[in-house]
Amino acid sequence: MKFTLSWLKTYLNTDATTAQIALALNNVGLEVESVLDAAAALADFKVAQIVEATQHPNADRLRVCKVDTGSEIIQVVCGAPNARAGLKTVLGRPGMVVPANGMVLKLSEIRGVKSEGMLCSVEELGIGGASEGIMELPENAPVGAPFAPIIGLDDPVFDIAITPNRSDCFGVLGIARDLAAAGLGELIAPNKAKIAPKITNTIALKVDVPQPNWCPLFSGRLITGVKNGPSPQWLQDRLTSVGLRPISALVDITNFFTIDRCRPLHVFDADKIAGNLTIRAAHEGEVLEALDGKPYTLAPNMCVIADDAGIQSLAGIIGGMATGCTEGTVNVFVESALWDTYNIAKTGRALGIHSDARQRFERGVDPKSTFDGLDAATQMILDICGGQASELVKIGNYPDDDRLIIFPTSEVKRLTGVNMPEFEMKMTLQALGFYIGNINSDEWRIAPPSWRPDIGGKADLVEEIIRIVGLDRVAATPFPRLPIINKPVLTLRQTRMRIARRTLAAQGYHEAVTWSFISQPEAELFNGNVAELTLENPISSELSVMRPNLLAGLLGTIARNQARGFMDAAVMEVGSVFLGRTPEDQKTFAASISLGQPQGRHWADKGDVADVYRIKEQAYAMLAALGFNAETAQLSTQNLPAHFHPGRSAALKLGKTTIGYFGEIHPSIAQHYDIAGRPIALEFDLEAIPAPRKKPTKARAKLQLNPLQAITRDFAFMVGADVKAGDVQRAVQKADAHITNVRLFDVYSGKGKISLGLEVTLQPQDKTFTQAEIEAMSAAIVSAAAGVGAMLGG
Amino acid sequence: MSQNLPALEAEILAQIAAATDEPTLEAVRVATLGKTGSISGLLKTLGTMAPDERKTFGAHVNTIRDGVTDALAARKTVLAAAGLNIRLAAEAIDITLPPRPSPLETGRIHPISQVLDEVTAIFADLGFSVAEGPDIETDDYNFTALNFPEGHPAREMHDTFFFPRVEGQERMLLRTHTSPVQIRTMKTVQPPIRVIMPGRTYRCDSDQTHTPMFHQCEGLVVDKGSHMGHLKWILAEFCRTFFEVDKVDMRLRPSFFPFTEPSVEVDIRCSRKDGEIRIGEGDDWLEILGCGMVHPNVLRNCGIDPDVYQGFAWGVGLDRLAMLKYGAPDLRAFFENDQRWIGHYGFRPLDIPSLFGGLSQ
Repeated sequence: MKFTLSWLKTYLNTDATTAQIALALNNVGLEVESVLDAAAALADFKVAQIVEATQHPNADRLRVCKVDTGSEIIQVVCGAPNARAGLKTVLGRPGMVVPANGMVLKLSEIRGVKSEGMLCSVEELGIGGASEGIMELPENAPVGAPFAPIIGLDDPVFDIAITPNRSDCFGVLGIARDLAAAGLGELIAPNKAKIAPKITNTIALKVDVPQPNWCPLFSGRLITGVKNGPSPQWLQDRLTSVGLRPISALVDITNFFTIDRCRPLHVFDADKIAGNLTIRAAHEGEVLEALDGKPYTLAPNMCVIADDAGIQSLAGIIGGMATGCTEGTVNVFVESALWDTYNIAKTGRALGIHSDARQRFERGVDPKSTFDGLDAATQMILDICGGQASELVKIGNYPDDDRLIIFPTSEVKRLTGVNMPEFEMKMTLQALGFYIGNINSDEWRIAPPSWRPDIGGKADLVEEIIRIVGLDRVAATPFPRLPIINKPVLTLRQTRMRIARRTLAAQGYHEAVTWSFISQPEAELFNGNVAELTLENPISSELSVMRPNLLAGLLGTIARNQARGFMDAAVMEVGSVFLGRTPEDQKTFAASISLGQPQGRHWADKGDVADVYRIKEQAYAMLAALGFNAETAQLSTQNLPAHFHPGRSAALKLGKTTIGYFGEIHPSIAQHYDIAGRPIALEFDLEAIPAPRKKPTKARAKLQLNPLQAITRDFAFMVGADVKAGDVQRAVQKADAHITNVRLFDVYSGKGKISLGLEVTLQPQDKTFTQAEIEAMSAAIVSAAAGVGAMLGG
Repeated sequence: MSQNLPALEAEILAQIAAATDEPTLEAVRVATLGKTGSISGLLKTLGTMAPDERKTFGAHVNTIRDGVTDALAARKTVLAAAGLNIRLAAEAIDITLPPRPSPLETGRIHPISQVLDEVTAIFADLGFSVAEGPDIETDDYNFTALNFPEGHPAREMHDTFFFPRVEGQERMLLRTHTSPVQIRTMKTVQPPIRVIMPGRTYRCDSDQTHTPMFHQCEGLVVDKGSHMGHLKWILAEFCRTFFEVDKVDMRLRPSFFPFTEPSVEVDIRCSRKDGEIRIGEGDDWLEILGCGMVHPNVLRNCGIDPDVYQGFAWGVGLDRLAMLKYGAPDLRAFFENDQRWIGHYGFRPLDIPSLFGGLSQ
């Protein structure tokens, strides 16, 4: 919302400076986005008079001017064709900045002639377009004075952001009212126009809408014998100052009241209306040729104003071309109405029309401005365009406004903590137009003004009071601490996310944060729920389906980093994946991918790259940090997800529950992402890991140290490629009760056979082993291994 | 014979001193103190001597023996040290070879996670717990329950991502703010309530300062006495602690959010110079968060009596906090995951924020 200081002053009697007003606007909640104060910005540029202009000795196009600054005569070289003796123009001196290009002026020598300043054009001053020469100021301009006020640039333009609740401040009057209440000046209430009807209205009105709230009130007036044309200069200046283009007096007057009082109006050329006006729903497919020159195809949920020929206006949003006013318009029908905010918002959004009228009606226009606004506009039309007005005709009436708020004055203290005298609350509310009844009790009965549809309860009144008296009155008050030492605040899931994240980072991974949505082809690769989880209005097809798996985003991350020349990677993410629309379908995963040598090549490495055994180690370490011993889960290679290499991956399961997967990414997936190398991944469902058992005490089980030393024995078993080391290990472990650990310390393969080196730890219980006992246990171990196909080898 | 003793001693000591390695020294020992050594030989002659002679001669020989023994031991120590030095010299390695980079040094935590931990540490100290809710929300929880009237322009300002309607089901969308977690919390937890609610949020908007996904953290207090003064104190203390400065000037401006009343926007004092923002100094203001007293309609929608209970809520962008505190200029880079960016702006795995150890190093 833009307005100028002079416009504001038509409703606010104030001596406040531009800066004070800007501060006050911010303080009452009308956020200042910009203040354009050309006079202040150009204050250093002063009026100067050329007293002599002679040809430059060394340049045909340049002149050497003697310039009177008001205090001295200086020499300026100037290339403008209109630089002539006697001309009053604008002078810039060394040290000043040319607004148009940021150049700092300096003393200079131009083709051997000294120049002590610059005579400026409107273009250089940033206040106009391309021009032929330097500015020509009026002859009575006082030499040495700032030039900007002389040409009317002393009217600062405010641009403020209006929050959706404050429709009243889409009018200058409403802004003035807030400022007056905040003590910036005195509100000047607009005069009520009194229109004496001279003719009789001949256009009949009919409201025929499916729901009465679409158009609670429609009013208008016929004015005959007007003369349309350019509006007077003051009106044109008003509109230009806030960025509106003057069109013709009749149109400009309606635009003026839209900005001035937040009262959108519409003027029909009465001679172009066929028959009477009906407010109705559009018929499916009806087309309106609107005033913006575009055709709009309408739907039955849109409210329109139609005549016998068809739709002439989209109610409260935009008028139609056919009945629009032109230079030749003689008779007009001026409309002032109330529309349903929801219907206007929906229609405007559906058609993509952003008009000043829509902006106001969808937030709520003061119902009581319907007749006053019509009268004021009528008066201005009569004043500017002449003609004769009819009586005011209307259908409907003001909607009932029975808002009455019981307001215990203690609410201010309760919600803000501020001790405020009641008279201050009273003054504030009354200045904003609130009616206060029962004022001698401490429970006021308050009726909000018609222009504040946003006020509905006690809290709203507290806000009105505190924003006007100033939020700096709210004193920071220490928040009481709990009377206990706080307990841990994170849930198990949150704790697990933090631990997973930091454990993976501690293993060299970079944490990535990737989009929650991925492309449909990617979602399909990872078995995503495309049917339920595709966005209706994605920002792009790349970001259109909720991710079923974190690996998709991580693979994309690796591919992008490879495109930048970083071929090795270690990235992880801990976050949500989505299997369906319900909260239960949102799962929390930790996933990571490594590729190549993320830490870079090292002299002590033998060219090792990230492999499945390394990520298995990392996965087990993460699970251990999460309080879960992965050795207690089953390792399964059956029914792995399609994005894993079927021979180099596994699932970790607890019964039917899959905790997660690790292994090599399927080459076809890597190829899909255009990734060079063999990415190795892990993914774990952080909520599938069993919660630690609740124990009655934090004390650990008593440590039993056996005084007898354990002994170790090494075994080498030969196995075929179909025998799994894990099975051998487990079989050996079970061979004797004294076996406390089986460590696989060596794997050697060659000539179609694999040799497994196992170190078995045997722990005597009450007495040391005899040789015979050790031999018996060794025999049991060999026999157990043979049971799973592992033969004692040489 | 006795006249020979000093010469013998001198000769032996000279041999000891001349020994340059342990075998030579051992040979000297055997030749003197060994079974057939010269000193042992002298001692064997004692038995043939007269008592008087034996006494003086014996004492003399014993003195020599002790001196030789000491000299042997001393020389042995010297030779052992020299031998060790030779071995050590031979064992020297090239210590300039580079170490293997430790994962503790190369691993990185994303700034958003780090800042969430910082925020959590601060509010946990004030007795807040962490609540969360789903990213995919109902229209009701995201808007209606939060007092956004149907068709209100405030809804439109949220640029919502929607899922296609399913017949007979409520409209689903991606939450545009973490405020639905306020509703979920108030519907399930009895006041007093002190929670923060971090999470991912979504709006279909994309430019230099907006990404379709971002992170918010809201706070909510509901009890029988918390008012705007407490809110102001919490936010001031939060800003001061989070930005690790001695003092933060705050400016409160009235604003509008459908779910709070009164609603306030908070600016903090900062300086802007050469693209760098410094919090707590300067003459500029920076909009940092929105807040307000929980709207009575919102309390009512959650079954809480607004005449008995009251409270406040605030919301701040986690990404924005990270940008401001750690000087990362471009929001979009947070989600690009360029490994150079994470290497530079990320945090080491054991840099765990706490109030006792400091939020950052």
